[in-house]
Amino acid sequence: MPVSSVGEIQVWHRRARGKQLAIWFGWLCGVALFMFCWNIISEKTTWFFVFDAPRIVGDISSRMFPPRWSYAEKLWLPIWDTMNIATLGTIFSIVMAVPVAFLAARNTTPSAKFVRPVALLIIVSSRSINSLIWALLLVSIVGPGLFAGVIAISLRSIGFVAKLLYEAIEEIDQNQVEAIEATGASRIQVIAFGIVPQIMPAFAGITVFRWDINIRESTVLGLVGAGGIGLQLQASLNVLAWPQVTLILMAILCFVLASELVSARVRKAII
Amino acid sequence: MPAAADAELIPLPRRWKRPPLIKSARLRWSLGICAALYLAAAFGTIEVNWLRVWAGLDRGWAFVLGFMNPDFVSHWADIKEGILESLVMTVTSTAIGILISVPIGLGAARNIAPLPVYLFCRGIIALSRSFQEVIIAILFVAIFGFGPFAGVATLSFATIGFLAKLLAEDIEDSRADQLEAIRATGSSWPQLMNYAVQPQVMPRLIGLSMYRLDINFRESAVVGLVGAGGIGATLNTSFDRYEFGTTAAILITIIVIVILAEYASGMIRARLQ
Repeated sequence: MPVSSVGEIQVWHRRARGKQLAIWFGWLCGVALFMFCWNIISEKTTWFFVFDAPRIVGDISSRMFPPRWSYAEKLWLPIWDTMNIATLGTIFSIVMAVPVAFLAARNTTPSAKFVRPVALLIIVSSRSINSLIWALLLVSIVGPGLFAGVIAISLRSIGFVAKLLYEAIEEIDQNQVEAIEATGASRIQVIAFGIVPQIMPAFAGITVFRWDINIRESTVLGLVGAGGIGLQLQASLNVLAWPQVTLILMAILCFVLASELVSARVRKAII
Repeated sequence: MPAAADAELIPLPRRWKRPPLIKSARLRWSLGICAALYLAAAFGTIEVNWLRVWAGLDRGWAFVLGFMNPDFVSHWADIKEGILESLVMTVTSTAIGILISVPIGLGAARNIAPLPVYLFCRGIIALSRSFQEVIIAILFVAIFGFGPFAGVATLSFATIGFLAKLLAEDIEDSRADQLEAIRATGSSWPQLMNYAVQPQVMPRLIGLSMYRLDINFRESAVVGLVGAGGIGATLNTSFDRYEFGTTAAILITIIVIVILAEYASGMIRARLQ
């Protein structure tokens, strides 16, 4: 126990001196790095605009309220589209992610040396690139519309679903697999009867979780032309129709909170 | 033997069927029918213009070719500047985000915060989580002007929703007896936080912060699309000019940095636990 004596009295310290110094040095490095980075940001910032921000906020919010309620009837269809992008995107991503997950998990991959790294590369590439960038790319390939959005969401979700799923596969109870193997089952039968039942709850949880995230992501895909409520947002921003922007933002907020509620309910029911 | 007699009386089922995921047959069927109806309706809304897709395929092919031989050279100065700016934005926004989310996370934990504070902090978290980064970036660009400052503000705000929520949940899951033990010594509220809560949540907080650093870097590539600094602007330009070689080079750089960051944070987290 790190105790130092001051005269007669012994004083307890939380850490020994060496460790305390190391932690202090770590903080020093962290703060220095932060100040260095902040300096670069600060140089690139026009501070006049930043100091002017309160006035701008007041100005914009005075334009934003009251929201233009009559615009609401034009939002139902985009919200329905947004939901479809998220749901269909999640379904397609599952179709692609499940094989990738089985190829990436150590205990099911056919070859840990050749196939597993490829599967892991697919996962990390899909995870690194935001759905908006995928959408940008797909809009230029398949043209603007819902279809580009669905594909963008599904490509982005492969990595997420496959990563969590392969971790679940690696954590399964090996005894059950052995029991199925002992009956003389084929490889596919082992997967179907030994592994799939074990990962089913995790799989359902991951799917609903990703669907929830996808709802959020698909609200902005319209900004690059890939359908959904983002199109309306972009159009309203372009003509500086702030009362419409307010209404759209409120619609997005309600929509996302509702989807979060649904996903939390479903996950609670499963687990 | 009685067992043999029983076997004769009760015919054994020939084939074993695995138990269904949802036990109640009625619920299973109605859910299935609802899902089928929804899917039919949803597929109906998607119009695919196959002629347009067919025409776009060579552009897709050009992109694949771009990935085969990425062009790092011709716009290297732009790529380098953009990536550095993204990295700087990542570090700054993560640091600021952590600084703000710790108090909000404490306030959003029901076991240590009074109800009004709890509701207020949960409100901020819900607001931050509901809006995608890009929407917030649009608003902040309108408020703060173009440039990395708007990006930093966006990413910091987005960090709050993630970090404060998970931190609050972790605090709520922490062991109550340790809190009680420190309280029993007559500690003040800051001492309680420092000696009872912090040691319990610190490993997870560091892990989450590393993870958020990773996410912020990926998101910093996107906020640039709406003018909030970082590599996104360069990426958008390369898309607009159909310079897929440069696009591929930028995407590959992002992927490599994400892999490196993931590897490093994995090592740090392994050492902490």
